[in-house]
Amino acid sequence: MIVSKLFTQVIFVCFLMLTPSIISAQKNPAIISKQVTAVDSIEDEFDVNEMIMHHVKDAHEWHLWGSEHEGVSLHLPVILYDNGFKVFSASHFYHGLNVLDKDAKTGEKLSYLVGKGPAAGYALFHEKIYRLSEGKMHFKDGHPHNPMPLDLSITKNVTSLFFGAFLLLIIMFSMAKFYKKNGSVAPKGIAKFLEPLVLLVQDDIAKANIGEAKYKKYVPYLLTAFFFILLNNLLGMVPILPGGANLTGNISVTLFLALFTLLITVFSGNKNYWRHIFATPGVPIPILIIMVPIEIIGIFTKPIALMIRLFANVTAGHIIILALISLIFINKSIAWSALSVPMALFISILELLVAFLQAYLFTMLSALFIGAAVEEAHH
Amino acid sequence: MDLILPDYGLLFWTGLVFCLLLFLLAKFAWKPILKAVNEREQKIHDSLELAVKTKAEMQLLQAENEKILKEARAQRDAMMKDAKETAVQMVEDAKNKAKLEANKIVESAKASIAMEKTAAILDLKKQLAGFSLDIAEKIVRGDLSTDAKQKALAEKLADDINMN
Repeated sequence: MIVSKLFTQVIFVCFLMLTPSIISAQKNPAIISKQVTAVDSIEDEFDVNEMIMHHVKDAHEWHLWGSEHEGVSLHLPVILYDNGFKVFSASHFYHGLNVLDKDAKTGEKLSYLVGKGPAAGYALFHEKIYRLSEGKMHFKDGHPHNPMPLDLSITKNVTSLFFGAFLLLIIMFSMAKFYKKNGSVAPKGIAKFLEPLVLLVQDDIAKANIGEAKYKKYVPYLLTAFFFILLNNLLGMVPILPGGANLTGNISVTLFLALFTLLITVFSGNKNYWRHIFATPGVPIPILIIMVPIEIIGIFTKPIALMIRLFANVTAGHIIILALISLIFINKSIAWSALSVPMALFISILELLVAFLQAYLFTMLSALFIGAAVEEAHH
Repeated sequence: MDLILPDYGLLFWTGLVFCLLLFLLAKFAWKPILKAVNEREQKIHDSLELAVKTKAEMQLLQAENEKILKEARAQRDAMMKDAKETAVQMVEDAKNKAKLEANKIVESAKASIAMEKTAAILDLKKQLAGFSLDIAEKIVRGDLSTDAKQKALAEKLADDINMN
């Protein structure tokens, strides 16, 4: 136990050292541009939408505490591929030039950060990196029209992803170590806690949906997906540093997971599966003309539903909690916490259930789709 | 809008990390864990089966024991009965034999008594004859001249007989 604790600490320290940026107080956000006087001060107004979206979406910094401009945050490394790799700290954006602009047509206030030093030539707008053309950003209907370099940055979500992966490896390796050391005995400690979940995935998800004969091959994927989603769902609910990123509520992550399920389904589909799609037995040809496109669409709608379900459930949970907390700031009265705190607590507990439920559902439905793909014909 | 648009960077990192996780966990975690868990399940299954089998065997054994015991008991009972019968028989035999012997003794005693009796009667007869002869002699030899004398003699003889 002590060894694994020490190991965790060492990893955490390494993890902090690896990020090239430093924790910095943003007392002085470099230079405010010339337009700043022309535009009303935006900081005074509390914009709920802005705040919630900021928390739910990915970022190049990990905000720790304090206000947006005077708080403390961890600046994460930026990796760009734009005619060769460019690696620098995101502090070159956050300490860069803050340009306030106005959309020519709608008059909407737009603010972006122009990078300096190694980030020169790029700008950060709504946490997305654009290449500057003619030294500035060009907006049309409030949307930037500048080209975007391929952004492989270690963002807040990627950091959380790494941390989650490390945690998962440590947890599962220590569980594996228990069995390696003790053989097939009754579980103790972490193994005792996790074994029911492992068995749930193996027996109730994989074996029940794929079938006794073929389930074994898919158990590693289903287990990995289950624990990956579960752990990251739970980490997303932790409001401080190692957690708090909305990783499983990000469409890119759920897209990848759904894509993986889709690929497994397509590549393990047997003759029977494809025949049911392209020539459903017992269906006359005129109807098949309608059926085949529907079946083909069906191949894709299933994983798309997986993707949206996980994304929407997790993100919705985060949005509800943030909205409830926002009540205090919208009404500018601490008295509202009497309502919003118990409600946020209630939703948090509900989210704990959802964290488990969504991990279960994603894995269960993946197993169901795989099971349909490998099912033998009934005679 | 960009909330629902995938971000290639995160997609790339997710893919990389997830594939690495899948590889590492499958090789170093799931394999030993599932092996141990399934082995244990098999072991429990086997043990249970063995227990059921042993129980049935035990029952069979017990039934057999019971049977043997029963047989032994029956045998013992039979033996006891035999012994009793033999004993009774022996007693009976002995009794019969004794009776026979006794009868024989009685018989021989009777015979002997009868013989003695005959001898005694014969002896008596002999003595009686002797007496009679003696009396007759005495009568004959006595003074038979006078009546008185004859009478006195006769009375005297009669007294002699009575005396005897």
